[in-house]
Amino acid sequence: MSATVNISKATRDGYAEGLLALYAKRPDMVVLDADLSAATKTEVFAKANPRSFFNCGIAEGNMTGVAAGLAACGKLVFASSFAMFAAGRAFEQIRNSIAYPKLNVKIAATHGGISVGEDGASHQCNEDIALMRTLPGMTIINPADAVEAREAVLAMADHNGPAYLRFGRLALPVINDNPDYKFELGRAVVLRESADDTVAIIATGLTVAMALEAYDTLKGQGISARVINIHTIKPIDEQAVLKAARECGKVITVEEHSVIGGLGDAVLGVLACEPFPVHKIGVQDKFGYSGPAADLLKAFGLSSENIVKTVIEVRL
Amino acid sequence: MDSTKQRELQIAACKIRMGIIEGVYNAKSGHPGGSLGLADTVTYLYENQLKLTTDPANPADPKRDRVILSKGHNAPALYAALALRGYFPWEELKTLRKIGSRLQGHPVMSATPGVDFSTGSLGQGFSAACGMALAAKLDNAAYKTFTILGDGEIQEGQVWEAAMFAAHYKLDNLVAIVDNNNLQIDGAVDEVMSPYPIDEKFHAFGWNVICIDGHDFTQIADAFASADKNSGSGKPFVIIQKTTKGKGVSFMENKASWHGVAPNEQQYNAAMAELKSALQALGGEQP
Repeated sequence: MSATVNISKATRDGYAEGLLALYAKRPDMVVLDADLSAATKTEVFAKANPRSFFNCGIAEGNMTGVAAGLAACGKLVFASSFAMFAAGRAFEQIRNSIAYPKLNVKIAATHGGISVGEDGASHQCNEDIALMRTLPGMTIINPADAVEAREAVLAMADHNGPAYLRFGRLALPVINDNPDYKFELGRAVVLRESADDTVAIIATGLTVAMALEAYDTLKGQGISARVINIHTIKPIDEQAVLKAARECGKVITVEEHSVIGGLGDAVLGVLACEPFPVHKIGVQDKFGYSGPAADLLKAFGLSSENIVKTVIEVRL
Repeated sequence: MDSTKQRELQIAACKIRMGIIEGVYNAKSGHPGGSLGLADTVTYLYENQLKLTTDPANPADPKRDRVILSKGHNAPALYAALALRGYFPWEELKTLRKIGSRLQGHPVMSATPGVDFSTGSLGQGFSAACGMALAAKLDNAAYKTFTILGDGEIQEGQVWEAAMFAAHYKLDNLVAIVDNNNLQIDGAVDEVMSPYPIDEKFHAFGWNVICIDGHDFTQIADAFASADKNSGSGKPFVIIQKTTKGKGVSFMENKASWHGVAPNEQQYNAAMAELKSALQALGGEQP
């Protein structure tokens, strides 16, 4: 997708790498899954550390509560399923058993968003970030590539409290494969910036690579855009969002999530008292349907082409 | 159990019932019925079973036995038992449900000394208890985890997810107590949505099961002694106890209407008079 691409890897693979690396530092950690370990990639951890992995069967509510009980006894717990079931089905268990008592459980949800593809709308969760944003004290991380996913997991060693980590099914361009890459929880990453920027593209997750590709196209047309990766959606980097809006004047948000309650609304919240237009690219209050992930993303406006088109429209 | 011990427990239970009424009356809301029915259970737990494994001066001791009141609406019973045991002053029971109180309407682990898990949404405490029992296994720790469920609560699907989990992972250090008073908010549990036969269900889920009268301290003691001996069996242990909702306050007994309503002043006076005379008859002194 972008000139910087050299490998393609899913963020769920980065999650698995992160779990293995974190275990070396935190042998007290426990990983739970709900019969989806092959898909969520927790089976990689399970094979390496079978004594610290527990399959809870197809029972996400109980898994969430078990995670809470383990955390209440001092364990660092990762609980995994697809976003639909981890955040959707078990929402109330996360709310009452994890967020309310502020327990150190990391809900690591894979298969977020429309890019689940062929399984269809029952499994395409475009609402998880909105759900999690409403919970007091919940940290939400949506990494842009497998490198960021791995580093986000490692960052959980020093994060005490509830967190929601969202990973994807689809193999993605790796954009952070440089030795200087550093994950800083709660800090926006400015990927492209110049004094001539007239629009800020604020992206998260798999749309970050699309934003970088759009940047190249726009540059070719003489349009200078700023590209910002928001991997931590809550707490959002308010200063970075304000600075981008004030310096660029116009803001476009891009997310593989409903435009209701996700990154776009988080950015709008920050800019509520600022005189800058914000245009939200995302799933427009619709359910998805079956199809290849790449085709679905395009159909729902999640493409570099649509970002370019939107930038040109908002600049008119 | 000798008669002296039995009388001691009866006195403590009577005080706990007074604490329940005191709290709910002052709060002008809460759940007196189930709390009164549970008074003998929490009395035995805190005044006997946990005497050696928990310390009110060190409520976060990692070695302590854990208690999760999964039927969190019976918080007044838990709070009274904790106060009697010395986790916080008895007078504090009057702050139940008030602004700024450590005694929230449903138990909160970060607010109240001695509360091991936050509950209130039914079914969830049971899963957390499974997690605690699993943590003990992982750490080779000797502590037990006790969790108290309602007979209406076990209508929640999550309860059976947890029951399956506990048996699958051989959590023989987990003790569940199902408080079978046969009443829930909307009426008799077997009329609203029958969970019966409870014992056979748990048995089928792979648990060791004992059924007792939850107001008979001899039977309660025997059940907890069996639970103590259950470690090593490879199966979790459940005590299914028949209780009377509202037990000890005659006009509240066996009435679903006392599930979640506070007594008015007249009813409060009548309830306290009845409990005081029961306490006097046992030779106990007011808390």
